[in-house]
Amino acid sequence: MHQNSLNVSKTIPHFAGSQTGLPGPHDVVRKTLPNGVVVLARANFNSPSVVISGYLSAGAISDPDDKLGLADFTASALMRGTERREFQAIYDALESSGASLGFSAGVHSTRFGGKALVEDLDLLLDILKDCLEHPRFPPDQVERVRALLLANLAIRAQDTAAMASLAFDQIMYPDHPYSRPEDGFMETVERIDREDLIRFHQDFYGPRGMVIVIVGGIEPEKAIEKVERYFEDWINPSQNTPDGLPELKVLAEPTQKTIKIPGKSQADIVMGFIGPKRKDPGYIAAALANNILGQFGMYGRIGKVIREREGLAYYAYSNLQAGIGPGAWTIEAGVDPKNIDKVIELSINELHKFTEEPVQETELEDSKSNFIGRLPLSLESNSGVASALLNLEWYDLGLNYYLNYYEMIRSVTIEELHEITKQYMRFDQMGIALAGP
Amino acid sequence: MNDAITQFQLNNGLSVLLKEMHTSPLISHWIWYRVGSRDEKPGVTGISHWTEHMLFKGTPSFPAGELDRAISRLGGLWNAMTYLDWTAYFEVLPADQSDLALQLEADRMRNAIINEKEVETERTVIISERQGNENDPLFLLQEEIQAAAFRVHPYHHVIIGDMADLYSIQCQDLLYHYQTYYTPNNAVLAIAGDFDTNEMAAKVMKYFEEIPPGAAPPRLVRPEPEQPGERRVMVEGPEETTYLQIAYHTPSANDPNFYPLSVLDSLLTGPSSLNLFSGGISNKTSRLYRALVERELAVGVSGGLSATIDPYLYTITVTVPPGKKAEQSLPVIDEEIARLQESPPQMEELTRAVKQARALFAYGSESISNQAFWLGFSEMFAHYEWFESYLNRLAEVTPQDIQRVAQTYLRPQNRVVGEYRSTVNQKG
Repeated sequence: MHQNSLNVSKTIPHFAGSQTGLPGPHDVVRKTLPNGVVVLARANFNSPSVVISGYLSAGAISDPDDKLGLADFTASALMRGTERREFQAIYDALESSGASLGFSAGVHSTRFGGKALVEDLDLLLDILKDCLEHPRFPPDQVERVRALLLANLAIRAQDTAAMASLAFDQIMYPDHPYSRPEDGFMETVERIDREDLIRFHQDFYGPRGMVIVIVGGIEPEKAIEKVERYFEDWINPSQNTPDGLPELKVLAEPTQKTIKIPGKSQADIVMGFIGPKRKDPGYIAAALANNILGQFGMYGRIGKVIREREGLAYYAYSNLQAGIGPGAWTIEAGVDPKNIDKVIELSINELHKFTEEPVQETELEDSKSNFIGRLPLSLESNSGVASALLNLEWYDLGLNYYLNYYEMIRSVTIEELHEITKQYMRFDQMGIALAGP
Repeated sequence: MNDAITQFQLNNGLSVLLKEMHTSPLISHWIWYRVGSRDEKPGVTGISHWTEHMLFKGTPSFPAGELDRAISRLGGLWNAMTYLDWTAYFEVLPADQSDLALQLEADRMRNAIINEKEVETERTVIISERQGNENDPLFLLQEEIQAAAFRVHPYHHVIIGDMADLYSIQCQDLLYHYQTYYTPNNAVLAIAGDFDTNEMAAKVMKYFEEIPPGAAPPRLVRPEPEQPGERRVMVEGPEETTYLQIAYHTPSANDPNFYPLSVLDSLLTGPSSLNLFSGGISNKTSRLYRALVERELAVGVSGGLSATIDPYLYTITVTVPPGKKAEQSLPVIDEEIARLQESPPQMEELTRAVKQARALFAYGSESISNQAFWLGFSEMFAHYEWFESYLNRLAEVTPQDIQRVAQTYLRPQNRVVGEYRSTVNQKG
């Protein structure tokens, strides 16, 4: 047996993009069409398939309060019939080719994603164009989509993790768009009619702010030509710009909210703070801090205490959701209802330790190494590369981002981590949400 | 570059499959043990899954935290999964770090720390995992359906095990399970990725060949007798959504009828994927989607045919929205099945199903981990050629084959019909 010592590499791996396959200006082609559509493409000739993904600047931020879920409903109904194709014709074309396409709405954007064999890329783009530009929202199909959305909301109402997360957002983001679930509520979805969908589509769907990424077994230039062919003539003179985010009102005191869901075996806890925006300068330090707190290895320090030492939960981790606006920085756990108080207490202890003492040098080195080492794995598939490129565009990070990643991670210090942790982990503004029996 | 698969066996019985591919600077390393919930007697149900958890507790040479740290520092992934027939452990690592995976799996094949203290800490973690499963109505329904479908065969119980056993399993039970089944002669090592086959073969020998073989592990042989008539189960709970699940007894993955059944599933509920690491496609043109969802009796339908050693189940699951009843869907499903039993489908439908399978296969093959998964997975119930020939075997299926398997397997006498019914709706 060979059991001497484990070869834990002591140095952080170094890489340069062109040698390690990281995307950058050397292999990503980016073009802005005259109507505003931005196209990015990268080839992967090991793959006989292609992935497309992208977004439009149409999101739940524009939903009226009484019709919450409108952006989501609109996105869900795009494929239910267009001026050229009935619902069954759309899916017959896609499914006969083994292709897929889907749309979903978030707070700030409507996203789309699809994949096909390379030979079927034209088909995929044609259907994408058709659904984005010419949806018909047939009345019978609108009702079918409504039934599906309502069924999903009924399922959500019984999902302890989803309900705890919803309650947490309601605590932390009073009178702010982030307090509202993109999929709405039963009563708001029931209120949305076909005219609302048509109006939302008219007001917010358009080429301005649209990004489309193509990755797979095709030359980038050819992929871009195809996108041009399908999308260069799209115009929508009445396309609105969605509202910006209002100022966030911070909590005056720590707040707890409990949602009772009878008949469940397990309760879910979501607790924590308001964190940074993705574009804030401290984001990378916060992301590394979060990795140490509740992700590295088996859920970081949180996992070590709650799962490994105390055996109190199958999952217990921390999560940092930085986006366009300030995201939540949380600890989340699924626990036996009788252990809720103990898990909250242990988590708060860990958070206090985390803010009071700087992390160890080895902990930071480990997390830096993890961030750098996991990049190639996240970029293995076409869809992994496509979502990486989409992120570059969404947060305006620049095509060199992954090539500079090593330096960016390496330069973060223990002091920066400690500062950012103290800045955001405000115990006087902490929220705790519970959902369970 | 060597896209072919190299297979060999060490003197201790360890079976090895290597697939060299240079698409990403990664390796995906899997070790599969031929043990799963099918090997568990009442009293120790869930022990295969629990043993899988214990293998993350470290060894005397490599304490748990150190291994976790080493893999995470490399940005790697490691995890494990327990199934009806097998337990598999995998690591995905940068290509130049393959020694770590080989070293740690060779070590924990014999030296995992399984002691009273660790067992007790893990007991509550596993109970918590089961409680999380119990929050899902489909888990509760699946558990009842398996129990009804298998009166004799150990596929009777769910993989995570019965709660009673999770309270009563002891350290010595876990040790026995580990020592009995975790032997090189009961394992398959499958590695895919960016390596040189000869060099990798030499490394495999270096780390694994000194492990002594164990006795041939015992096998529970309790074949399920033919079901004498339709069985029905009902689960009630607070969910507003109703679920209908129909499970038909189907043959082993090794049976020639498995292929026509795969195509049949594709026709009825849309193509299923054998990929572990990439999703499938929609099923809105499948026969049952059109029959159920377009008539507004359901909001979704899916099908699942599992590749298993012994005959298992083909399951159709229908999500029934509030306001509709499961009993409205069942006759519609029966009508669609009768259509296939009475007349064979058009050849075009079969051709389409094969194209869908090809596309899904292409998406999955991007991932080195899928490639390694396929190698080991197919060895569990057949041979890796099962997977290599899978698409061709699907293409050979004829419309008459579909009709025949529909007649043979999709009979009411051969099924369990289960319903999750809302107590909320009943009151309302």
